[in-house]
Amino acid sequence: MKLLLLPAAAVLAVFAAALASLFRWSLLEFIPGSLQAGSLTLANFRAVLAAQYLGAIRDTVVLSALTTVLTLLGAYPVAYVLARTPSRRVRSALLVLTLAPFFTGAIVRTYAWVLVLGNTVVTWPVPMLFTERGVLVGLVHFSMPTMILILAAAISHIDPVYERAAASLGASPARVFRRVTLPLSLPGIVSGALIVFAWTLSAFPTPELLGGGKVKMIANVVKDLGLDSFNWPGAAAFAMLALALTLALLTAVGRVAAGRTP
Amino acid sequence: MILRAAVVALVAFMTLPTVVVIAVSFNPTAILSFPPAGFSLRWYENVLTYPQFQRAAVNSVVVTGGAVALALPVGTLAALALERGRLRGRSLWAAVLLSPLVVPGVAAGLGFLILAAALGLLRSRSVLIAAHVALVLPFVVRSVWVSVRNLDPALERAAASLGATPWRTFRRVTLPLLRPGLFAGLLFAVVVSLNEFVVSLFISNRVTEILPVAMFTYVVNYTDPTIAALSSLFILATFLVVWLADRYLDLGRVFLQH
Repeated sequence: MKLLLLPAAAVLAVFAAALASLFRWSLLEFIPGSLQAGSLTLANFRAVLAAQYLGAIRDTVVLSALTTVLTLLGAYPVAYVLARTPSRRVRSALLVLTLAPFFTGAIVRTYAWVLVLGNTVVTWPVPMLFTERGVLVGLVHFSMPTMILILAAAISHIDPVYERAAASLGASPARVFRRVTLPLSLPGIVSGALIVFAWTLSAFPTPELLGGGKVKMIANVVKDLGLDSFNWPGAAAFAMLALALTLALLTAVGRVAAGRTP
Repeated sequence: MILRAAVVALVAFMTLPTVVVIAVSFNPTAILSFPPAGFSLRWYENVLTYPQFQRAAVNSVVVTGGAVALALPVGTLAALALERGRLRGRSLWAAVLLSPLVVPGVAAGLGFLILAAALGLLRSRSVLIAAHVALVLPFVVRSVWVSVRNLDPALERAAASLGATPWRTFRRVTLPLLRPGLFAGLLFAVVVSLNEFVVSLFISNRVTEILPVAMFTYVVNYTDPTIAALSSLFILATFLVVWLADRYLDLGRVFLQH
């Protein structure tokens, strides 16, 4: 039986080799104008924290935090109806409408927002395209399906008996939601928030197209350095930063999930 | 009432870009307007006749076909081993198998770029296939694993006790019972691979690039509705796939685990 894992192990070994190359190059000296790297150095990581990039790191964290909060607020009502509706038709319609963007690729989705934010449909009172506002709208739209799925799974695990009991004891619907449903769905809220935050930290196509070079997040800096300046060591250091942040957050998700199961 | 209004507004937010893309794709002029000033199929013609898209479409078919053909058997075997094998560290194996999902695209992309350069494979589609196999493998493993877990080993024992060889048992009993998981895994793998963009951007050039990368380059350089037409075709294909999946698999059951 163990032998059956060998092909998968081979695939993962290739993936691990790619990440190992990334790690090695993040510690090598960049020689401008050459695709060869120099000797071992920590200069790339010092450059990550240089003043010119701190803005991109700050923007990334701020945009990710705002995206997480707005996505939570937007996804919760949809997830609630999805989990609680008795009608299979409503459930199917909501699933197909909210999940279809999940299946259409990042480029299609982002291009659609280029059209909407670029004053083709309505004329916006404030500039949207190529601003942080516009990037935020795109990021929230991108994160919604994931958050809806996670929250709907959490809410559908709550036994409706608790809500009925609270209501029969005289609690108003708002109070039932605030004191029963919301607290019981907290594990879903926490893991959904952490996953969306982690994903947004390394978002690339949305800030690339909707930011139009004016809004830079960490992944855009990796692309600029790696594909435009051919500074692979510098790009690798930034990519390692994104990887470390993501892994730290997802470890936290694991802790939350483990804490939920008694 | 407030809840219903909120949900309708949010679903409108989710679907608005799709509606706009489809409307704009029929726009008769190169300058975008909404609602469109007329009706024209010229951008669809442009999509089908633009050489770079034709080349990218062929690359997409080759890369997705190759990656899925490899990932489906590899992932199925791994799922069987995870559920049936006496493994030490089963949860560790599971975590490692699903790990490509959580690695940021730019990290994996740049890693594969550096590795491919070291191996002299930068001009080859094989790097794209190798990366795509790793990226779709978690989806195959997860889908098939659910089916393996629901499979009653007594059915296989019954076949064996009636004299079927292990291979015949696998082919005539195990595989047919795993069909829903295999189908779901295939579906996810195809959709994920066809739409993969970030990693592919790093490891492809004008000759090897797949459709999402070609679309990205086009969007950056031109503003006419050609991409709206191509996007509409993508959206139509995806809606069909999701709708069929919901009909035959009951997506609600897959995702909400009632």
